[in-house]
Amino acid sequence: MKMPRGSARFVIGFLALPVIIYVVFVIAPYLQAFYLAFTDWRGVSASPRFSGFDNFTKLLSDPTFWTAVGHHVVLLLVLPLATLAIALFFAFLLNMGAGTKGVRGSKFYQAVFFFPQVLAVAVIGVLFQAVYRPDQGGVLNGLLDLVGVEPIGWLTKPNLALWSLIAVLVWQAVGFYVVLFAAGMANIPKEVIEAAEIDGCGRARMFFQITLPLLWDTVQVAWVYLGIAAFDGFALVATLSVDRGGPDQSTTVLPLEIWRTAFTYSKFGYASAMGVALFVLSLTFAVLTLRVTRRERIEF
Amino acid sequence: MSNLTVDRPVERGGAGEVRRPGKRGNGVLGGLSHIALAIWAATVILPILWTFLASFKTNTEIFSEPLGLPSSMHWGSWGRAWEKANIGQYLLNSVVVVALSTAGTMLLGSMAAYVLARFSFRGNRFLYVMFVSGMVFPVFLALVPLFFVVRNLGLLDTHTGLILVYIAYSLPFTVFFLTAFFRTLPSQIAEAALIDGASHTRTFFQIMVPMAKPGLISITIFNVIGQWNQYLLPIVLLSGNVEDKWVLTQGIANISTNAGYQADWPSLFAALTMTIIPALAVYLIFQRQIQAGLTSGALK
Repeated sequence: MKMPRGSARFVIGFLALPVIIYVVFVIAPYLQAFYLAFTDWRGVSASPRFSGFDNFTKLLSDPTFWTAVGHHVVLLLVLPLATLAIALFFAFLLNMGAGTKGVRGSKFYQAVFFFPQVLAVAVIGVLFQAVYRPDQGGVLNGLLDLVGVEPIGWLTKPNLALWSLIAVLVWQAVGFYVVLFAAGMANIPKEVIEAAEIDGCGRARMFFQITLPLLWDTVQVAWVYLGIAAFDGFALVATLSVDRGGPDQSTTVLPLEIWRTAFTYSKFGYASAMGVALFVLSLTFAVLTLRVTRRERIEF
Repeated sequence: MSNLTVDRPVERGGAGEVRRPGKRGNGVLGGLSHIALAIWAATVILPILWTFLASFKTNTEIFSEPLGLPSSMHWGSWGRAWEKANIGQYLLNSVVVVALSTAGTMLLGSMAAYVLARFSFRGNRFLYVMFVSGMVFPVFLALVPLFFVVRNLGLLDTHTGLILVYIAYSLPFTVFFLTAFFRTLPSQIAEAALIDGASHTRTFFQIMVPMAKPGLISITIFNVIGQWNQYLLPIVLLSGNVEDKWVLTQGIANISTNAGYQADWPSLFAALTMTIIPALAVYLIFQRQIQAGLTSGALK
């Protein structure tokens, strides 16, 4: 619509409040973060003192930083792969290929699988404390006890704790992607599937050569979503892990270190530098993924 | 909605039971896939069910017989969670905060999106990009400056501050989605209303908003769930000695930290149950809309 006369006041009136709130609470803080990252501000002095690249050189030789980055690399590899594999598997089972209404109980399964998605991660963290209790009183160790397995320190063993947390992230995410992929598979025309069947296409081949290529756009979006989630993990690590990121930093993540550095140690400049590092890492991931996964779109 | 009762999978004999149109002879496969699906459903249901049951147990029962049923229904823990652990207060706070912030997000977000979608003026593109760019940045980058912005405005430890921040950080996706939505709506009706002498404001609220209802509902659900489940922003912005203002996620995490000291596990699980049940109830009623709302971001 061309700008009709007398509508300037309307446009300004409608935009003023959202723009002000957005600039004050979102844009200004983001810009300030880049500035604070180059200061040694600890919140006391009136104006932060410029310290050049000090924070970043310190960051590069900070073992905690690299431990956290290492955990993001693990998360980045495992979280999307495991979640997508399980979700695609279940979505395929529910649809039995594509283009049909799905197996019996399909709606029930989707409803159950999706439910963790509406729960707060903080609530799930507390819930899984009971599941992962290190003695026989835990749900998981109680079950293992039935088959005579000794209790396992799911969250207390440093080399197991991160995997236990990743399992929870996968547990929560799978349902969302099952619903997403099941909807995508239901949209694949029945004729395509029937034609493949007539040609004697087996189930596995059907999945890899028909369903997956036709679903590629959605899978790509899902990959980016899960990759971005791999750079978070704050709420779960803060509520479920031993000593917030422990034992012995074995589960710590950058968001948690940013929060701790800022609000426990009051190193606001250093925390901002970590924030910039996190931003650079996640942006690099997003750009690379979009580059690598770009393919010809298949129209159907 | 009624899916849970109607489509509940019936125990089936196994081979040959799952009949499909066109008979693919996949009885065994069908049976196996139901087993796989049922196992995942169990991993979702069991921890939640365990928590419900644990809230009626005694301390001893919870950990000596983790897989047993409560000897009798001990409702005492529910009373303690509601009164002493303040779950009632946290629940009320969450309801108030999320009701106001979602209402604000939807009002301001749809106003901005409408103007950006329907009016051409200098700076339109710039403002749109500014709003949408907020989706790229991790909130952890802004965390430190945001804390000081809120503090300098005197809004730290207030619900007003939290509500404004929720609105600001929900605007990017809301504006992005609704701008696209308003562009798809026909413009003739709005033009007719303007010709008939209705003001722009009136045209927006009485014509465009009702027409945009499906999109508005999806995004409302998206925002309600996102803001309800927030954990990071409350623990940063309501971090002072203001326990009476805490929201539910914050309260639950805190109760879980204290449960160990006070050795009152049943009331932790009662608190957890009281947190999960409303989410479950809302989910069962609005399941279809919630799934559509949450996946709307991934499906363009």
